[in-house]
Amino acid sequence: MSILVDERTALIIQGITGREAVTMSRELLDYGSRLVGGVTPGRKGREVHGVPVEDTVRAFTERGRIDASIVAVPPAFAADAVLEAIEAGVKLIVVVTERIPRRQVAQFVEYARLHGARIIGPNCLGVISPGKAKVGGVGGAADATRRAFRPGSIGVMSRSGGMTTEIANALSEAGLGVSTAVSIGGDAVIGSTYAELMPLFEADPETRGIAIYSEPGGRAEAELADYLAAHGSRLPVVAFMAGRFMDAMPGMRFGHAGTIVEGRADTAAEKVARMEAAGIAVAERIEDIPLLLAERIEQAQHSDNGGG
Amino acid sequence: MRLYEHESKQLLRRHGVPLPKSALARSAEEAERAAAGLGGPVVLKSQVLTGGRMKAGGVRFASSPAEAKSAAAAILTLPINGQQPAGVLVEERRTIAQEYYAAVTWDTRAKQPVIVFSDMGGIDVEEVAVQHPGHVARVHFSALTPFSDFFAKVAVASTGVSGNELGALTRIVAALARAFLQYDLTLAEINPIGRLDDGSIVALDAHLDMEEEARGTHRALLQELGVPEEDTRQARPPTAFEIAGAAVDASDPRGVAGRVVEFDGNLGLIIGAGGGSLTLFDAIRAAGGKPANYCEIGGNPSVGKAAALTRLVLSKPGVEQIAVMMNVVSNTRVDIMARGVIKGVIEAGHDPAAKIAIFRIPGSWEEEGFAILRRYGVDYVDRSVSMHEAARRAVAKLGAQPGRKR
Repeated sequence: MSILVDERTALIIQGITGREAVTMSRELLDYGSRLVGGVTPGRKGREVHGVPVEDTVRAFTERGRIDASIVAVPPAFAADAVLEAIEAGVKLIVVVTERIPRRQVAQFVEYARLHGARIIGPNCLGVISPGKAKVGGVGGAADATRRAFRPGSIGVMSRSGGMTTEIANALSEAGLGVSTAVSIGGDAVIGSTYAELMPLFEADPETRGIAIYSEPGGRAEAELADYLAAHGSRLPVVAFMAGRFMDAMPGMRFGHAGTIVEGRADTAAEKVARMEAAGIAVAERIEDIPLLLAERIEQAQHSDNGGG
Repeated sequence: MRLYEHESKQLLRRHGVPLPKSALARSAEEAERAAAGLGGPVVLKSQVLTGGRMKAGGVRFASSPAEAKSAAAAILTLPINGQQPAGVLVEERRTIAQEYYAAVTWDTRAKQPVIVFSDMGGIDVEEVAVQHPGHVARVHFSALTPFSDFFAKVAVASTGVSGNELGALTRIVAALARAFLQYDLTLAEINPIGRLDDGSIVALDAHLDMEEEARGTHRALLQELGVPEEDTRQARPPTAFEIAGAAVDASDPRGVAGRVVEFDGNLGLIIGAGGGSLTLFDAIRAAGGKPANYCEIGGNPSVGKAAALTRLVLSKPGVEQIAVMMNVVSNTRVDIMARGVIKGVIEAGHDPAAKIAIFRIPGSWEEEGFAILRRYGVDYVDRSVSMHEAARRAVAKLGAQPGRKR
């Protein structure tokens, strides 16, 4: 099993004729994702790597089921594209576009919530269930993706697209592999947070541990800590916190749009303390993530055996 | 991007927020004339993008134009938290009977804007929230539907405010919320709002922050407010090195290479991408290294852009070597980065093998990239060497450099 996407996921790309989307189409098809078409207004009738282009999302949803859409249009058109996908009944929308003002993000996230749709991103590289499908640019070319993301037992959630691959690679090299990896996006307001995705991993029997990549800024780590305190979890969680140097430089902007520190609770030090208090192991180095996970998964097994 | 008080007030005035009469002065003489124009006692406030002005001596009172002149002279030469004032706001001085606090900001957890209102203004609202929770109201509203005044009314009323004040404060808070949505603000704060001795209610201070991503959308407005396009409005103004970096990045639309922040170390960094840069900068520091700069590379920059960034980093005084490192890349091409960095080092008149402490960019096109690096004798590692280990090796190498001054 996996979460969000698998080999049956039928998907389209909005903005498919853009330069980077054309490359992404090739990569998705090579990886085995079920890319059934794309949308670029005014380009109906064309093809991108053999998949049809339409003017509207509805042109696809009227013909058959579309499970997911990747929004890869410029920032000025992104909110409109997301609303179109929601209206057409698409339930999973991966927003790759970066630099969308957060007011617009909040608007389409709220609209999605009203329509029972889920947003991943914006400013993300998407979702991958290794060996099954990927929805987004995560991992890049198919062979590079297969190398860094091997099927396995760890759920990955990351605020950085590049670090999603780095962490997956470390987990793959260590033999743990990845059940599903979600690049959740680097912005201040995002469609799906760690805490919102946790129940999905919780329900996935294949997932046996969680790896998280975190940054200063925002309250997503506090939300996750509160979630774990309230619900508990069978899954050991290991986090890596980047950008610790930023604590000494309030008001300076580094990294993603969401990393700006707007209050005391946003700092790296505060987040590390909160996560540790919630039982999350915080790794000092990327290479420690698989070690800590393996250790904790084994501990969990022992206590299961002992208790049972 | 933070706006100065005088800019914030200009914006709020358009939305009908009542304000005391004021004028911006850039010199002591201008302040004197402004005070004469306003007549009566005035308050002079340093225009800086930081809090703590009062404590630092950036707020002074004057009862005559001559006093205003000398107060302005003192303020204009007083840096606050390292910032030179951009001017002094000369404002009529009023007697205040009560102070309130109002702000609109994003609750990124609720994914909605939130109004924060208190009838105990003028002080740190987070403190008030702890000491007197009943005096701080938080009301969320939707960014999807048009703003409705009742959200503001509920916030104000729930702190116990009623009567004439309720209407006046509701209008101010509602205007603040509308400005927040209209201009893509991330913070719209008035602290304090003052009820004056004559019963009128006015905004005495204002602090607006506009989202960086929305600057393009509001270019016309920023022009009207007199905000220059190159003004980054960060905690400190950009250095010449940082401005040169932005020029490198703007020179070619492909990829990102040139987003730099200057530090005073000896190890130049060519690192990426967003999260990778944060991770690697920490890793260098954890290994005891002294970065000369922070940097972000993303997407797929051209050879020329990577070379220009490399030349820029090498041109910085004190840079002994550079470390070229990224997380496992999928979009960025390893061979293009290798060619760009080597080209930049050679153009700067150095030997790539000596100048590049380490090259750690695994991922797409890595075989081609590694072949180029081998040709120039550059020390590189593949994905089997972690980001932290690569950073440690770069720092160790710099420490072991022959002839290095200690």
